[in-house]
Amino acid sequence: MLISAALICQTVLVGIAGFAISVSAKRWANGIIYGAAALVCLTGLGIALASISAPSALTLPLGLPWIGMHFRIDALSAVFAAVVNLGGAAACVFAIGYGRHEQFPQRVLPFVPAFLAAMNLVVLADDAFTFLLSWECMSLLSWALVVSHDRTNENLRAGLIYMAMAGLGTLALFATFALLTGPGADFTFAAIRSHGISPALSGVVLGLALLGAGSKAGLFPLHAWLPLAHPAAPSHVSALMSGVMTKVAVYGFVRIVFDLMGPVDWRLSIVVIVIGAVTALLGVLYALMQHDLKRLLAYHTVENIGIIFVGLGLALAFRSSGLIAAAALAFTAALFHVFNHSLFKSLLFFGASAIQNATGERDMDRLGGLIHAMPQTAFAFLIGAAAISALPPLNGFASEWMVFQAAFQSAALPQWGLRLIIPAAAAVLALSAALAAACFVKAFGITFLGRARSDASSSAKEVDRTSRFAMFALAAGCGVAGIAPGLFTNLLRPASQMLTQAATPFATLPAPLTPIAASHNTYNGLVVALGIAIAAGLIAAVVKAFANRRTRRSDTWDCGHPEINVHAQYTAGSFAQPIRRVYAAFVFRARETVQLPPPCDLAPARLETSLIDPVWKLLYAPVGRSISVVSGRLNPFQHLTIRYYLGIVFVTLVVLLTVLAIWP
Amino acid sequence: MSDLTVQVLQAILALGLAPLLTGMVRKTKAKLQRRRGASIFQPYRDIARLMRKEAVVSHDASWIFTAAPTFILAATWVAAALVPMFAFASGLSSAADFIVMIGLLASARFALALAGLDIGTSFGGLGSSREMLFATVAEPAILILIFALSLICGTTRLLDIAAFIQTAQIGPHISLLLAFAGLAMLAVVENGRIPVDNPATHLELTMVHEAMVLEYSGRHLAQIELAASLKLLFYVSLLSAVFLPWGLAPAGASFALIGLGLALYFVKLAGAAMLLATFEISIAKMRVFRVPQFTGVALMLGLLAVILLLVSRSF
Repeated sequence: MLISAALICQTVLVGIAGFAISVSAKRWANGIIYGAAALVCLTGLGIALASISAPSALTLPLGLPWIGMHFRIDALSAVFAAVVNLGGAAACVFAIGYGRHEQFPQRVLPFVPAFLAAMNLVVLADDAFTFLLSWECMSLLSWALVVSHDRTNENLRAGLIYMAMAGLGTLALFATFALLTGPGADFTFAAIRSHGISPALSGVVLGLALLGAGSKAGLFPLHAWLPLAHPAAPSHVSALMSGVMTKVAVYGFVRIVFDLMGPVDWRLSIVVIVIGAVTALLGVLYALMQHDLKRLLAYHTVENIGIIFVGLGLALAFRSSGLIAAAALAFTAALFHVFNHSLFKSLLFFGASAIQNATGERDMDRLGGLIHAMPQTAFAFLIGAAAISALPPLNGFASEWMVFQAAFQSAALPQWGLRLIIPAAAAVLALSAALAAACFVKAFGITFLGRARSDASSSAKEVDRTSRFAMFALAAGCGVAGIAPGLFTNLLRPASQMLTQAATPFATLPAPLTPIAASHNTYNGLVVALGIAIAAGLIAAVVKAFANRRTRRSDTWDCGHPEINVHAQYTAGSFAQPIRRVYAAFVFRARETVQLPPPCDLAPARLETSLIDPVWKLLYAPVGRSISVVSGRLNPFQHLTIRYYLGIVFVTLVVLLTVLAIWP
Repeated sequence: MSDLTVQVLQAILALGLAPLLTGMVRKTKAKLQRRRGASIFQPYRDIARLMRKEAVVSHDASWIFTAAPTFILAATWVAAALVPMFAFASGLSSAADFIVMIGLLASARFALALAGLDIGTSFGGLGSSREMLFATVAEPAILILIFALSLICGTTRLLDIAAFIQTAQIGPHISLLLAFAGLAMLAVVENGRIPVDNPATHLELTMVHEAMVLEYSGRHLAQIELAASLKLLFYVSLLSAVFLPWGLAPAGASFALIGLGLALYFVKLAGAAMLLATFEISIAKMRVFRVPQFTGVALMLGLLAVILLLVSRSF
């Protein structure tokens, strides 16, 4: 049985974690642990792929004595298990080389395999208890990894905020499942599914699911922990958190809303679409304002989660009106983007950590020119950057194209609200795609191109072979999924069939990707890629045959007055300046002040920019303040004498007894 | 003629005619300014001259700098070759719809913006940064306009859009007119024409496209210039295929019909060149930060078209 095999894999991962506790201080431990974990993940990947069309279930006599633990792998779990294991395997392979530089291996090594196992178990769980237990394990283990480098206050703060947000998220999920389970107290998903949920409660459940799963995935405005916590972890763990754990959160949302809740009212889909669109736009705007490479990537995860949620919202909208072909398209697009994002976000985080290893820097304004020192990392990063910017013929474009095609089906919807909102959401997605391209021109251009802005950057060395292998494998994945998206959307058909009662047309290579059977709007990544390759080949041949082939290396021209100082190059901040001025002036209250010294004064002029994060200012800071006010007021209760405490106990007892006495 | 022949012919013609279009625009502009102007074949001579010269590449340049021109030209060429110019060639049209073509141009722009940053000069950075800003204000508007077209025609495939407009008796269509106006404005933005950018300027602070390609010379510059002309041709072909598809020869048509289509295509090109030149000399270049307002108008036109179409299909 496949599910048993999958669970054995998780047991082995936990065993590896236990083994790692005892040996993690040894020099050889790194390669063994990560190598073994990578092999287990690859096995898990194979099991997941085999399970897509062959669901299986298993009940173990563990956990709560009267219900046991239910596990099941169906088409949906299998897709997400494949994403988890693929991302996990890539991260482990990357870490075989990268992890050798870890300062405190005993704080990282045991947690990574356990974290992988926890994520797998969330996906495999088939009852509320197992799901929540695994979810909480996943949160705690990732928290332990976030605070593994706790020497800086920044990381400690990230850990604290992550802990608070994870607690809030789990609380919301507890409430979600409490409502879903109802009075019957049967926690299995099968029971929840069979009795459904009353329409009056479905809004509350969806809201709670958005809060619980959305806070882990990074939906606006619950994303605030994510850009702090993801970069704080060791880099391969950042890749796991951004590329994989957010997808487990998406899984939680899909499982609850698409599967367990039953039919969802169309009005609720508006909420999902709007939140998704806002998340996409603000995520990328936040990302554009960063100059810390890892933080930029983390913020950009928020954008992609927004795209995924727009796709899911569209699927809900279409499904509620019975347009199942369009619903299948939107749902497949969202799941395909889940897969694609896990590929390129892991790749980009690997690139960022390769840079951090080689230079000790994460600040783009202290890098530059790395394409000369690290050509292979640069190439892999470039592929990831182009893929995440939704450029054809790579995979990010294929999934965003499907989301757009789904949005274009909205005219068939009967509800006016949706017909007006969806075009606007599509425009917002196009805007965020264009901003993403700007963001990654900046990320790649400032980091890898130009001249080195520091000695660390000019003397960098290429990373080790296994790390490069992991990056190139993911880059190849981005290419294959872009050129032959049909291979991957075919794998998503059973899940789509299960949850939307329809699937996108089966794609046989080299036929193009068809969103809806009757439609002529097709996209063939293979032909586009071949077209570009042939065109480029022809151009190169003509140039070679007819043009002057001499190339003279010379100094930079720059209109006749080249700037020698490397710090006069465009920086992350100056590249984003026009965009900051156009968009962020409103969103982040971005302000620029220029202080010019008086004439004849040789003091430098100063340009100061200020940004205000509206989420922190308007949401988190007031909440934080009120918590500290309340706890300040409660503080005296900690320092009372025994007489007062006994008095309080007595008064409480009297009050409770009175309540009981007058209770009808 | 077979589909594939038409497709290949179209690809060759697109590349071959692109400099002519640029030449025609320049010539018309010169005439309107009461200059004599260079011959309309001057862009061909320019490209040939650049090809003959040696390429000078900065010490700081990486392979991005030398590879980008070929990629940019190739991606633009693929996009341009897929637009029906004078005949319906369905050979490769299933590979790419309107969104994919815009995506291909976005890929080319991505490469160009990286090339601008590659040497690490301030002008390059300035050009890249502004180019990406213009992309962010233009792309949502383009998508909304595609949305409007797909509401009218029920498809995003250019071939079907053109066929629908050509055959359907849709009469005067307000939203089609709005979409045309919006798309024409965006064509101006995307090609960096006045009032957004000026392809003839070398006044440092006003450059966008020219600032990015400042370091290029020789064969690299020739490819960049050709790609810029090709992009202009792409947008002219696009506008004429979507809004003036009359004369497009049907698939498998005889030589006579294709000849007619070709002749009409030349007329359309010349007309577009004149219109563009007239527009350019009658307007002043605007400040960089006014451009979002300009594209905002296009976005609003697109939204208006979509809303009108949602209210009633007959608008």
